[in-house]
Amino acid sequence: MNPKKVDKIAVGVIYAMSGVIVLILASLLLFILWRGLPQISWEFLTAPAKSFQVGGGVGIQLFNSFYLLLLTMLISTPLALGAAIYLSEYAKQNWMTDFVRTAIEVLSSLPSVVVGLFGFLIFVIQFDFGFSILSGALALTIFNLPLLTRTIEDSLQAIPATQREAGLALGLSRWETVTRVILPAALPGIITGMILAAGRIFGEAAALIYTAGQSAPALDFTNWNPQSITSPLNIFRPAETLAVHIWKINSEGVMPDGAEVSAGASAVLIIAVMLFNLGSRYLGRKLQKKATSA
Amino acid sequence: MEETQSKFTQKSQKRKFEQFGRTISFICIAFIVLVVLSILYFVISKGLSTFTTDGVSVIDFLFGNTWRPGEVGENGAPLVGALPMILGSFYVTLLSAVLATPFAIAAAIYMIEISPKNGKKILQPVIELLVGIPSVVYGFIGLTVIVPFIRNIFGGTGFGILSATMVLFVMILPTVTSMAVDALNAVPRHYREASLAMGGTRWQTIYKVVLRAATPGLLTAVVFGMARAFGEALAVQMVIGNAALVPTDLITPASTLTSILTMSMGNTVMGTLENNVLWSLATILLVMALFFNILTRWIGKKGAMKK
Repeated sequence: MNPKKVDKIAVGVIYAMSGVIVLILASLLLFILWRGLPQISWEFLTAPAKSFQVGGGVGIQLFNSFYLLLLTMLISTPLALGAAIYLSEYAKQNWMTDFVRTAIEVLSSLPSVVVGLFGFLIFVIQFDFGFSILSGALALTIFNLPLLTRTIEDSLQAIPATQREAGLALGLSRWETVTRVILPAALPGIITGMILAAGRIFGEAAALIYTAGQSAPALDFTNWNPQSITSPLNIFRPAETLAVHIWKINSEGVMPDGAEVSAGASAVLIIAVMLFNLGSRYLGRKLQKKATSA
Repeated sequence: MEETQSKFTQKSQKRKFEQFGRTISFICIAFIVLVVLSILYFVISKGLSTFTTDGVSVIDFLFGNTWRPGEVGENGAPLVGALPMILGSFYVTLLSAVLATPFAIAAAIYMIEISPKNGKKILQPVIELLVGIPSVVYGFIGLTVIVPFIRNIFGGTGFGILSATMVLFVMILPTVTSMAVDALNAVPRHYREASLAMGGTRWQTIYKVVLRAATPGLLTAVVFGMARAFGEALAVQMVIGNAALVPTDLITPASTLTSILTMSMGNTVMGTLENNVLWSLATILLVMALFFNILTRWIGKKGAMKK
């Protein structure tokens, strides 16, 4: 066979394999949407779940997912920001920095179920928070920190050194340079990273089944007293999220319309992830425009 | 005079700012390191208590093939052989990586070398989206599509290593592909130009130059995919059948480390042997995660392009 023929065959094979991938991935997405979209209605999105009857919704789970997401981002963003600033602006090239970077890398490579079990051991049992939103948010923070730190550090690093020099030359301290000059410039990248992290948190389940728990007690959405157990704001109540709900329905199998509910919930998850993806792109571009006044 | 003196001896406002900021950011990083160390310490010390407190021998644990925690065997030793789960985890990880690698590399070649325009427009957004799809959704699809499909073709229940492999294949495919794309992207353009200028065909350039130069990056991509497959819990748990038996074929129910962990952790009491062995399983997961980590570092170091 001459090289030209081999070239034709090889390229053909690559076309075929890429086609197979596109087919798999596209049918996957279409399948979820096709099965799930008919289930979604206002009723489905707001009604509480029913375990042994047909017609339950995912209202509480959806609220729990968003509430957990919000709390997790509130805890993890300042931590990740501080850590990223240290790594990007203060850390010297020595063994200690290497050690820190290795630690973060190890954390990001841990399976989420291990993070969940650690959260179970420390937050649920040792700190006695029980299966609660707080335990879940702390576990998700651990799960989220390494990636968020890295994306923020990357965005800080992408700002040219001349900006730092300019800040220092004006007599600003290093800290002021970071907060007044570098952070605003890096904001688009940071926001994009945060939204992508939010997508990851929104769909995470393995870290939550033993921290935020697998039950969703009834909530009274008119009760805004954070100490009351039926209040949606209470952070010490168990809170099953949407992703955990899908897992639980399918592994327990007591819900008569479990397949329909999980199809609907899956579609909601996918749509949320899509919105996070598109949102990060849109916002990133928009902020970029504003920050650079281009 | 005094004013001047104080200006020189006291810390300036700026200096205070600086110290404040440095301290705050140092506390953040120290906190993360503390978390990592305490995860390692707590999980491993819990996992080792099976051997220290309950006196199970490490050999029995790693190579025993009967998993019935809570019962003791004929010789009085508890039946906590983890071999079924360890084998299950390795089978699904290796099989899904073997399946996903050629597809991921083909897709990456398509996107970078053959049709960058279509690749950027169609494949890239789809793959980015799929990286973000939650694993329970993959599990649900496995349960409603793949398991019945395999039941119809091979008989049996449909639950088993084959179903888990298929689910993991689809799950790690986007991750491995996007990393393989990065690896191919990192190959300098003049490598390709040199090969084409010497009369190489497109395939010769790809196969003999680009893929060779990108090998370390591609290997890292595959190892990342394997790490993800090894640590995946819920999607696998939903389709593998969760029978703690040494797997003999691909279509009977089996189990992995993660699936048994998620199934049993809630049903055991802290401090008992039944609970401690679960932490030993978690320790194996942790050690494997460290191993994958070291492997990627080693590949990175070995394969760094020599200038």
